[in-house]
Amino acid sequence: MSLTDDQIRRIARLARIAIGEQESAEVRDRLNRVLGLIDQLQAVDTAGIEPMSHALDLVQPLRTDVVTASDQRAAFQAGAPAVDGGLYLVPKVIE
Amino acid sequence: MLDSSLTELQAALAAKKVSSVELTRAFLARIQHLNGALNAYITVDEGTSLAQARLADARRARGEAGPLTGIPLAHKDIFCTRELRTTCGSRMLEQYKSPYDAHVIEQFGNAGAVLLGKTNMDEFAMGSSNETSHFGPVRNPWDKRLVPGGSSGGSAAAVAARMAPAATGTDTGGSIRQPAALTGVCGLKPTYGLVSRYGMIAFASSLDQGGPVARSAADLALLLNVMAGHDARDSTSIERPKEDYTRELDAPLKGLRIGLPAEYFGEGVEPGVLQCVREAIRWFESQGARVLPVELPNTALAVPVYYVIAPAEASSNLSRFDGVRYGHRAREFADLADMYCRSRAEGFGAEVKRRILIGTYVLSHGYYDAYYLKAQKVRRLIARDFSEAFKQCDVILGPTSPTTAFALGAKTDDPVQMYLNDIFTIPAPLAGLPGLSIPCGFDAKGLPVGLQIMGNYFAEAKMLGVAHQYQRATDWHRRVPKETPL
Repeated sequence: MSLTDDQIRRIARLARIAIGEQESAEVRDRLNRVLGLIDQLQAVDTAGIEPMSHALDLVQPLRTDVVTASDQRAAFQAGAPAVDGGLYLVPKVIE
Repeated sequence: MLDSSLTELQAALAAKKVSSVELTRAFLARIQHLNGALNAYITVDEGTSLAQARLADARRARGEAGPLTGIPLAHKDIFCTRELRTTCGSRMLEQYKSPYDAHVIEQFGNAGAVLLGKTNMDEFAMGSSNETSHFGPVRNPWDKRLVPGGSSGGSAAAVAARMAPAATGTDTGGSIRQPAALTGVCGLKPTYGLVSRYGMIAFASSLDQGGPVARSAADLALLLNVMAGHDARDSTSIERPKEDYTRELDAPLKGLRIGLPAEYFGEGVEPGVLQCVREAIRWFESQGARVLPVELPNTALAVPVYYVIAPAEASSNLSRFDGVRYGHRAREFADLADMYCRSRAEGFGAEVKRRILIGTYVLSHGYYDAYYLKAQKVRRLIARDFSEAFKQCDVILGPTSPTTAFALGAKTDDPVQMYLNDIFTIPAPLAGLPGLSIPCGFDAKGLPVGLQIMGNYFAEAKMLGVAHQYQRATDWHRRVPKETPL
């Protein structure tokens, strides 16, 4: 199947990526070529096959619930675009 | 010295024929000389490298040197480093300075290796030609009009052009092996879970695996000895005893069972590639190895499976780049949602955006079963083919890439053509298996051809032994690219 401009706008909104008017035709064309490639999978008989979600069938390891990391807030916030008093700043969302 | 193996460098350092500072200076000078033309490195900082080299020399003077102490290494710019910025080839992270080192960087740091610089790569490791980097394409040292492959193209080009004795890379669908093949060097993608992903910027978490790029299999083994090992900070890191990956380097080839999948020798593979690979296989036979046919019937489905699973995982992983906690933030925006949308539109390049969009689509309501679940089922079929094949053989041989290096710009207009170039490297990571590429000759254009050696889970030592035996009898891996003479 191929995507319409409306569908692409919807996907872009879900992905939080702005797509300009000029780009949209090229994005649609290229995405549809990729969809053409992955549509080949529809013809494969996978009845009774367990999905493989990971390279190795691993058991998720658990650790004891104890504090292991130290406070590194300042180091982690050093690269943030806008911080104040230990808080990340974003545009106002509540009036 | 620039052309020496890691073993030779070790010996020279141990015998005090050269100091780490001198060695590091020699490579920094080589980088200075060639990087303008090749663009293999994104970030190099002499002060950082020389300070580490002085520490390595002091450690050696105290009698505490290990096998890699004092040896300068280049790291793909996907591994977080405290000392140098980590860009992942993206505008999004152009100024990003990590507060911590990746596990792999820590391991090399503990070993006393010197950080020579951060190598160029496709943006967020999404690409097979190094043309999606925000910092410009890397050029192939064998012919500067050609791509070096990707996404670890900077690491491969740096090792090929003797701008580093060895380097690290990461492989999700072939990003270590394919550039190694296209630049005439060696690259190993280990079994999934062998090398910690801590501090390695995530692309597709069920596939991503770090590994070494070097000029010989023996050097790869020395590097893997340092890189591999359990790390509790990566929940998929495997807990198993430490191995010495050099232990089978001298194992004889007699009796080795080599599987040849017909699917890797069919249409679409350049004649020059087939010829070199077939000649290498004949050499193995002459050494007493036994060749037998194996079947990997779902090979052609690997590319479509990959282009569902990898974008799906990428769309989730890259959602962290929101212009709030790190990375690029747009200067102008209307509100919070607009800030996310514009920051991501400006920070990501076209290929990364396309993959996020594909991933978002295949995971979205109503399409999940048809695409994502379906791809996971076909992934199982591909993994099963390998487990059947490895009941009959010890290693599987074939070409790493269907073609030798191609021209810059040749495949950028059609994403599908670019993706199909990875047809022989994508199956192994889908199954979680290790894969190795070593040079096995040159085509009529004088471009290097890669031989791929795939093995069963945790068969790295055996695969490296097979490669090392071949490299004792051949000198393809010693050839110096003609555009970057010593």
